[in-house]
Amino acid sequence: MGRYLLRRLLQLVPVFIGTTFLIYWLVWSVPGDPFAGKCGDRRCPDAYINFMTEKYQLDESIWVQYATYMKNLFQGDFGSTWNNREVADIIATAYPNTLKLALVALLIEAVIGLSAGVLTGLRRGGFLDNLVLVSTLFLIALPVFVVGFVLQWLLGVKWGIINPTVSNEMRLSELIVPGFVLGSASMAYVARVARTSIAENRRADYVRTAIAKGLPMRRVVGVHLLRNSLIPVVTLLGTDLGALMGGAIVTEGIFSINGIGRAVLRAIVTKESATVVSIVVVLVLVYLLMNLVVDLLYAALDPRIRYE
Amino acid sequence: MRVSKRASGAIALGAAFALVASGCSSSDDGGDAGNSADGAITVDGTEPENPLIPASTTETGGGKIIDWLWTGLVEYPNNGGAPQNILAESIETTDSKVYKIKIKQNTKFHDGTVVKAKNFVDAWNWGAYSPNGAQNSSFFADIQGFADVNTADPDGPDGPQKAPEPKAKEMSGLKVVDDWNFEVTLAAPTAVFPTKLGYSTFMPLPDAFFSGSAEDFGKKPIGNGPVKFVSWENNVQLKLTRFDDYQLRDKMKIKDVTVKIYQDDTAAYSDLVSNNLDFQQQVPVSAIAGDKWKSDLTDRAVSSTIPSTGIIAFPIYDKRFADPKLRRAVSLSINRQEITDKIFFGNRKPADSWANPLTPGAQAGNCTACQYNVDEAKKLLAEAGGFQGEMVFYYNADASHKDWMEAVAQQVKTNLGINARAEGVPTFAVFRQNINAHKMKGPYRAGWQQDYPDVENWINPLYVTGGSSNDGQYSNKQVDALAKEASAAPSLEASHAKFGEAVKLIDQDVPSMPIYFQLQQSGHSEKIKKMELTNVGELDITSVEL
Repeated sequence: MGRYLLRRLLQLVPVFIGTTFLIYWLVWSVPGDPFAGKCGDRRCPDAYINFMTEKYQLDESIWVQYATYMKNLFQGDFGSTWNNREVADIIATAYPNTLKLALVALLIEAVIGLSAGVLTGLRRGGFLDNLVLVSTLFLIALPVFVVGFVLQWLLGVKWGIINPTVSNEMRLSELIVPGFVLGSASMAYVARVARTSIAENRRADYVRTAIAKGLPMRRVVGVHLLRNSLIPVVTLLGTDLGALMGGAIVTEGIFSINGIGRAVLRAIVTKESATVVSIVVVLVLVYLLMNLVVDLLYAALDPRIRYE
Repeated sequence: MRVSKRASGAIALGAAFALVASGCSSSDDGGDAGNSADGAITVDGTEPENPLIPASTTETGGGKIIDWLWTGLVEYPNNGGAPQNILAESIETTDSKVYKIKIKQNTKFHDGTVVKAKNFVDAWNWGAYSPNGAQNSSFFADIQGFADVNTADPDGPDGPQKAPEPKAKEMSGLKVVDDWNFEVTLAAPTAVFPTKLGYSTFMPLPDAFFSGSAEDFGKKPIGNGPVKFVSWENNVQLKLTRFDDYQLRDKMKIKDVTVKIYQDDTAAYSDLVSNNLDFQQQVPVSAIAGDKWKSDLTDRAVSSTIPSTGIIAFPIYDKRFADPKLRRAVSLSINRQEITDKIFFGNRKPADSWANPLTPGAQAGNCTACQYNVDEAKKLLAEAGGFQGEMVFYYNADASHKDWMEAVAQQVKTNLGINARAEGVPTFAVFRQNINAHKMKGPYRAGWQQDYPDVENWINPLYVTGGSSNDGQYSNKQVDALAKEASAAPSLEASHAKFGEAVKLIDQDVPSMPIYFQLQQSGHSEKIKKMELTNVGELDITSVEL
């Protein structure tokens, strides 16, 4: 177990360097001078473009730029934005917000998705099963921004139940609707995967044995059936946290949440490579670590799985 | 400009003349003094793109804040009158070349230091000095000795050569006389110079700016205006408060202002409709369709005209567009009324003059090339020998320009039989880069919002040879001569008359095609009982009553 963990952690190093360079190179190759459009429909003075180019070393080759960036990164300097703010500050304020939103979304999709999946998996073909089938289909088919705008308009503007946008304090109660919107599509997938998994294992030998030896139904489902059926669901949820954090751009825009999705979008548009790469670096780390945690969870759920 | 930024492209901030003092439509005659005194409001904004230094900002996100934080020598009234002295006691000249400027005594910066003549002179020298890289440095080009402090890059910013170090750090045309007087000598007589002084580039900077670093100052600016800076949280909000020592005009009636940064203007609009946001300067495009914003906001909706024109410019450096007859033919074949009605739902006005009609010195209806006359257009096209090949109309695809640019191309195609189509360039940065490099292969979208209220601002930068925004490289010696005479005229009236003559020639040459005049659709919350907009459509923060 310990060696396995060490190996996995060491694997993070090349992945980390590879992804950061790839992102750096991608942002670098976005066409267009980042400062050409800065003065609106008037051309910027050459002196301004020279000043900025020199300040951010954009006249150097990409290798030198990337090396300088990495060197600064290991000294804890994430660089600065075009308007001369610290990227570290942006990450420090935006990350917790997105994490909060993603966790709320994950919780909502886990609770609702899993209960719907278990209920329908146990009673297949009933009214509830059909209802969940249709509603999940509906959620999967709807793009996130449609769900977002409709809920914002109905609950926020028309009925006035919630504020249309999330305040800067990011209260938990304000995050329920954005969290639901963000997690809605994954929630539908969780419900479906859980339903299939439960339905399959329902007919497994060990479940029949458990029922035959007279265990109460609660125990059969809760301990034997659920635990074995959860592996695909945990995989889904685990990788989803990373996806939720990176994919929150639309939801953050609709509900005006100051998160990383919003920050990274702004940075891509303005070609602020330092900001994009720094945010993505942390995102990549979250992704890698979540995958590791998921792999370790398998062992906890299924004793047959052992890591060497 | 950011969303507006990339929206209509530029939008140089600052100044302009105009109309728009739209008082609030509320039946209340004014606010309750008690409510206002410690009242706080939240207005929408975008993240400032540059450090908050007046000479370094051209976009509206930061520009709006700079306009609140500073008060200059002159100001442009909301109601569209002529510029008035505010921090200046007097601005005197006998020849439009040497200006003696006297400022009011003992007014204060937000840090308590006194605004003196040298604060202006030092600030202008800093802005003009090219190694400082200020975006607005070209505004100081009128002043004698500018070439010594601002050197050009011999091969442009992309070339390997670097600009030489400037010979001097200070312009020879600026002279401090004493604490309250300074003298400005221009390189050539310029009648419009006092009007320019209200533009944000000409604001004074406190001693703290020069003793510390410009970068730190840009994070915590110190101005001399009615509003004082408190804090700036990235991508979240800027907090501002009333400057109690402000003596130049009315103080702010409310106490605190929060500028909330929205990435998405529809989110801001939802907040506005449900009274969570107190002011939105421009409601989103989605709310304008079918006049939805008027029914959503009812008496909280504010419509205004701003001095900004949507233009399509010709790349005259491309030989196919060198013939004025061809350019005039294309312009005459565009039905501007139909575009503003069908595409903009009447929320923009068809352009019919070269300078925006709100501008002093502009003559309404002087763009005969803006008329819709297909017969004349066909005749001119035949005289020009037709047009060979494909005529592509370019726009930046990251803002909502697709619909109207395609409509224009379609009209040209239908009316003149030219093989025309519209093509989007993915981002504004690439679009602008191609324009700067003179690589456009067809007519392209442009826009112009005046910097200061005078017709001069609509001619010299755009249509004079070598003008700062004459990107199509239009050049007509007669226009140059008339514009030069007009700029140096002894009075503004004489200057306006000469510019009128220059415009007549421009109208025949059609270096670009004015298409529409911009209107602005704003809204405020129920909390605001009274408010006015400035000449450029920004919220006049001192007018707000609750």
